[in-house]
Amino acid sequence: MPGKLKVKIVAGRHLPVMDRASDLTDAFVEVKFGNTTFKTDVYPKSLNPQWNSEWFKFEVDDEELQDEPLQITVLDHDTYSANDAIGKVYIDIDPLLYSEAATVISGWFPIYDTIHGIRGEINVVVKVDLFNDLNRFRQSSCGVKFFCTTSIPKCYRAVVIHGFVEELVVNEDPEYQWIDRIRTPRASNEARQRLISLMSGELQRKIGLKVLEMRGNAVVGYLQCFDLEGESGLVVRAIGTACTLDKLSNTSAFLPACNSPSKEMKEIPFNEDPNPNTYSSGPSTPLKNQTYSFSPSKSYSRQSSSSDTDLSLTPKTGMGSGSAGKEGGPFKTLLRQQTQSALEQREFPFFTLTTFPPGFLVHVGGVVSARSVKLLDRIHNPDEPETRDAWWAEIRQEIKSHAKALGCHAVVGYSESTSICEEVCILSASGTAAVLNPRFLQDGTMEGCLEQRLSWQPGFFSIGSEKGEVDFFPQSQDSSSLLGIEEASPPGCGFCHIPYDELNMPFPAHLTYCYNCRKQKVPDVLFTTIDLPVEAIVVGKGCLIQARLCRLKKKAQAEANATSISNLLPFMEYEVHTQLMNKLKLRGMNALFGLRIQITVGENMLMGLASATGVYLAALPTPGGIQIAGKTPNDGTYEQHISHMQKKINDTIAKNKELYEINPPELPEEIIGSPIPEPRQRSRLLRSQSESSDEVTELDLSHGKKDAFVLEIDDTDAMEDVHSLLTDVPPPSGFYSCNTEIMPGINNWTPEIQMFTAVRVSRLSNINPTNQTLNKNFNDLCENLLKSLYFKLRSMVPCCLCHVNFTVALPEDELVQIAVTAVAITYDKNQALQANKAPTEKSQQRASTDNEEQLQFPLELCSDPLSSQPFSPAKEVLEGASSHTGIPAAQRATSVDYSSFADRCNSWIELIKLKAQTIRRGSIKTTTSLEKASPLAEGYLRHRSVPSGTNSTVSVVKMTPLSFLPGAKITKYLGIINMFFIRETTSLREEGGVSGFLHAFIAEVFAMVRAHVAALGGNAVVSYIMKQCVFMENPNKNQAQCLINVSGDAVVFVRESELEVLPPQPAAAAQPTGAAGDVTT
Amino acid sequence: MSSDLDVFVGNTTLIDEEVYRLWLDGHSVAEAVARRLRGGLLEREATSVAVLQSDTRDHYRTFQMLERLLHAPPRLLQQLLFQIPPERQALLVQRYYAFDEALARELLGKKLSKGTKKELDEVSARTGVGIRSCRRQFDNFKRVFKAVEELRGPLAENIQQLFLLPPSLARDYAAIVFFANSRFETGKRRLQFLSFGDFAACAQSMMAHWSQGALAPEAAEPDGDLPKSFLQDLKELKVLVTDKDLLDQHKSLVCSALRGKISVYNELEANFKALSRALVNVGGKLTHARDVRDFFVDLVEKVIEPCRSDKWSPGDLRLFLQHYTAAPRNLPGFRHQALWERYMAAISACLLRMFHD
Repeated sequence: MPGKLKVKIVAGRHLPVMDRASDLTDAFVEVKFGNTTFKTDVYPKSLNPQWNSEWFKFEVDDEELQDEPLQITVLDHDTYSANDAIGKVYIDIDPLLYSEAATVISGWFPIYDTIHGIRGEINVVVKVDLFNDLNRFRQSSCGVKFFCTTSIPKCYRAVVIHGFVEELVVNEDPEYQWIDRIRTPRASNEARQRLISLMSGELQRKIGLKVLEMRGNAVVGYLQCFDLEGESGLVVRAIGTACTLDKLSNTSAFLPACNSPSKEMKEIPFNEDPNPNTYSSGPSTPLKNQTYSFSPSKSYSRQSSSSDTDLSLTPKTGMGSGSAGKEGGPFKTLLRQQTQSALEQREFPFFTLTTFPPGFLVHVGGVVSARSVKLLDRIHNPDEPETRDAWWAEIRQEIKSHAKALGCHAVVGYSESTSICEEVCILSASGTAAVLNPRFLQDGTMEGCLEQRLSWQPGFFSIGSEKGEVDFFPQSQDSSSLLGIEEASPPGCGFCHIPYDELNMPFPAHLTYCYNCRKQKVPDVLFTTIDLPVEAIVVGKGCLIQARLCRLKKKAQAEANATSISNLLPFMEYEVHTQLMNKLKLRGMNALFGLRIQITVGENMLMGLASATGVYLAALPTPGGIQIAGKTPNDGTYEQHISHMQKKINDTIAKNKELYEINPPELPEEIIGSPIPEPRQRSRLLRSQSESSDEVTELDLSHGKKDAFVLEIDDTDAMEDVHSLLTDVPPPSGFYSCNTEIMPGINNWTPEIQMFTAVRVSRLSNINPTNQTLNKNFNDLCENLLKSLYFKLRSMVPCCLCHVNFTVALPEDELVQIAVTAVAITYDKNQALQANKAPTEKSQQRASTDNEEQLQFPLELCSDPLSSQPFSPAKEVLEGASSHTGIPAAQRATSVDYSSFADRCNSWIELIKLKAQTIRRGSIKTTTSLEKASPLAEGYLRHRSVPSGTNSTVSVVKMTPLSFLPGAKITKYLGIINMFFIRETTSLREEGGVSGFLHAFIAEVFAMVRAHVAALGGNAVVSYIMKQCVFMENPNKNQAQCLINVSGDAVVFVRESELEVLPPQPAAAAQPTGAAGDVTT
Repeated sequence: MSSDLDVFVGNTTLIDEEVYRLWLDGHSVAEAVARRLRGGLLEREATSVAVLQSDTRDHYRTFQMLERLLHAPPRLLQQLLFQIPPERQALLVQRYYAFDEALARELLGKKLSKGTKKELDEVSARTGVGIRSCRRQFDNFKRVFKAVEELRGPLAENIQQLFLLPPSLARDYAAIVFFANSRFETGKRRLQFLSFGDFAACAQSMMAHWSQGALAPEAAEPDGDLPKSFLQDLKELKVLVTDKDLLDQHKSLVCSALRGKISVYNELEANFKALSRALVNVGGKLTHARDVRDFFVDLVEKVIEPCRSDKWSPGDLRLFLQHYTAAPRNLPGFRHQALWERYMAAISACLLRMFHD
């Protein structure tokens, strides 16, 4: 019996009128977990019932705790007929299962009904008492932390980044079961919501188990998706990056902070030693220091034994990196060997992260992607989803082999997606091939770990700032100095250097010496799916670049359909790529970050939408312009037309360069010692690495008739293409946009943010659509959407739209749905203006010093508030007793009842005791506030104590798709938010039509996310993402249905300006409780 | 390519003050777009009509969803659906409950019933306030009226608490409720020169001096009703005009005090008895609901108009009322001085406020 879940139903407010006669409601509540249900009393005749129930206790094992959601149903009691449901609240209790996060969930939750939307609110308090479980073969993985954030979370540091974890579970979709014909839409929706909630709990637990197997304690960059395969079922799949994280805090500067007993038990053995005997030594005190004292040579043998010949896959291009690596010189071989050894054991050396600790990324090869078209069939045995697993395994293998072809051993910024239409499904995966620093990857290699930890002091972080060359690879330095080619990777350009061998390139590319260090070769253009590395040197600002494309397809069935789609895909990839390349050149830039290509399949067309952030990397050569060549040069007017067009293009490039402040320093050619690319030379087709993606379809793009530099106008289509290039309107002045975390070139953010979701569904009304008209329509749709965003947010100027994320769906024949989620962040114009005055200083500028600081000095910043905090007496007592358990001072406090465990060994008691304390602490807090009949979440109390100028009763919860909040410091991660909602209506017109319906639903989803975060004690959601928004309507029946899936990380943040004021507070908060709660040690 | 569905939802709800104003004024989306276009927004922001339409629709939808909450402003503060900064919430409420004085003037003293609502078309035509806006404002009046009808304590404070209105706006609503409750006639032709502000000020002085709350804050009766016992007591004051001796003494006291101090002394001397009779009888009639209606009509007809035709100046009136109120203190046998002063305090304030062209 590893856990006890306790739930208290306090009160309700603003309930709907359920009894027309009295205009009142007789409400009661059912609390269900697993198969156990409790009920409150009926609170008669009130719209604001005060139940103040007892504690409902569920005794469950932790497997169940992880899988099941807590289900709270509010009903109206009816003496004569069946009780009417008012609505439900699902609470994911996962955040309570690792104690670093929340200790109690307490607050007002919107009562949600899938037919009526939000109907009042209910106040609930939820707590979990976890008991320790030593069973090594258990099925639960409590304590593994999950983060949606695709970088190392701000108040943690990565000890080891283990690598890729994936899992999928399948089930039948309740919507398509026979029973659905006889039950109400509400019952069907609720069955679906509950099932998906269960499935994602199970999925998370299974991933957690994999992480534990890999000896990690966290999953970063966790991305969970649903595939609604209709008749053939429901697939929930997730990918993530397993890591071993250490919490940064002052009290445990040398100790990894683990204050959960369950976590403790897991982590210690894994960190220390693969030796199975550790269980006996694990719990001994003092725990943490031992982690470091272990011998540093643990897995050396494993490391050196591996070699290139171990490569299991020979890339089909025939230009294997295996051999290329060897020819490339000792350094590369060595580096490769080391990296490989670390990655070799892994099936897929993939990382879902997009931002990395400095030095992690050694070289970047380019974008790799793979797509495959599959026909869906019914999943016969849900317990063994072999086909889906096999499909993904196939795609991942392909990605892996592409990466190898680029001379890379790893894929970073990796993501997977699907697009389903009827029975056809396109599976896509993409990432960025990269060479990584092995030191972060060697699990169990204590040397790496140890060094990492010990050197992970501010000194370590100074890498990449002032020092030109840094002793970053102690192992590799010898070899590189011998060769004299690479004296470590110079900061700011190292990642641009090609990882593949220039004599044996996997594809034709044009190389020059790096414009920054002039020692290594770089490609002319670089495409990646990751965020701009912090150390990258950029010129000017970045901008959002999109390629948009439609392709008509004949309606077909089954295999014929799948075949026609697979035939179209390579052409789409090619065109998307060409568009991106042209638009990049048009802006005078040379690199794309955060590239995301989405191909959506509909009944009679395919749509491609690629978004990325263009920048000018100082290390790469200046891009040439775009030249237009006419096919028939003898026609005078035609010639004139061409030259007119050419002038327009040249003007646009010049204008863009000014707009984005791209004025790279002039370099004399001799120094570079490499030819500047000649625009006119067509034989030297300049293509980026991203084209490896096209290898999926084995298309030789070098024979394409248009290249990136010369646009040939040989027919009207081509003319249209050029025109469409020029239709992209730059954002109005004061606006910038990007789809990455940070806007290259802007670093003076002010704290105002506005996250939003915009959805548009448009009808393509053409009777005889052609690709061209469709393209234009689609292009207009996107441009208008952007324009309308700029208009809406005009009051925030100057600001930047960050993390602009477009998703395209084709819900019906002629309907295109575009959903955009992004955040607008204001920045200080004055500072920007100052920078303008000194363009020379600005021209060579770090990507974002702001972010750099956040990444590079987390230790100092994090520890500050705690170090200045006076030790409370209670804490000292505990500290003496619990001997370095590494619990942050803020969490130490108050009373205990652990005596029942006294027969166990000492250190155990300490741990359990501390666990009990954290739980108890929560309860004390809530009971005191309960007396005031208004239980408040921790965060709310905290929030209120912060002078925020609010006198409203609802605490403000910020939401952002970014992993950080400008001008604020994230002090705590409370857990992952992963919510799935269905909303349906049978009175569409009455609810304001489709727009009114969806508007209300999105607002409701936001409200429910905020309420959950506030109940966890948080005041923000970071890395927020709307992963799915499936909208279906049937206007004739006056019906509509929508499914939305969102996720993010609930956090507590403190404004940096308040950081100095705040530190005494936790101590002050701890003291009264410490005094009240008897320290019964 | 037409957009079937087009929504924008921010985590912090965007409120455009200009669009809110247009919505409150009852304009349709198309009218609102046209007005925004006329405002030159298109040129300033270099955007398109389609964008403006989409933006206006978004705002209108938001306002429609907010309207339910605006009907009970404390709920707006508690609700979780829209995250709106407090100062914006205050603005939303304040603007929603702000009203056109011309309209309020028309509705003063009318029963806030369905019948009145049906007449709003005419009111709209007379006042130039859009019909939809008229209906919204009427509903506001009615909602506030219903909410505080049964409540005890000071009316304005109750309204301020229930609807989170700024104090001055709450006082105006209190006046509207007071008028609707007592059903004073305000529509007569001879009352047309009085503005909403005049009546509101009168209502405030009447509530301030006459209501039970004015004497005992924990009063048993709602503030909007004038206390029955007080009205009953007013009958006692009739002695001032029915008792010939008292009337004469009163006159001589006032006249001797005012001699040489006011420009219209002769007229005062001539009219004193009529004036005094009018002033006292107005109070005496207040026990009958039918006569209550004529309170302002009587004041104008019997006090203000005669004074005006005699060319009294406001200063004259003030001095007169001052001494007229104070004099009975020195009248032998007059035992109702406290009641008299309480009565006259409100009457004087009303008269002084109403005494203009």
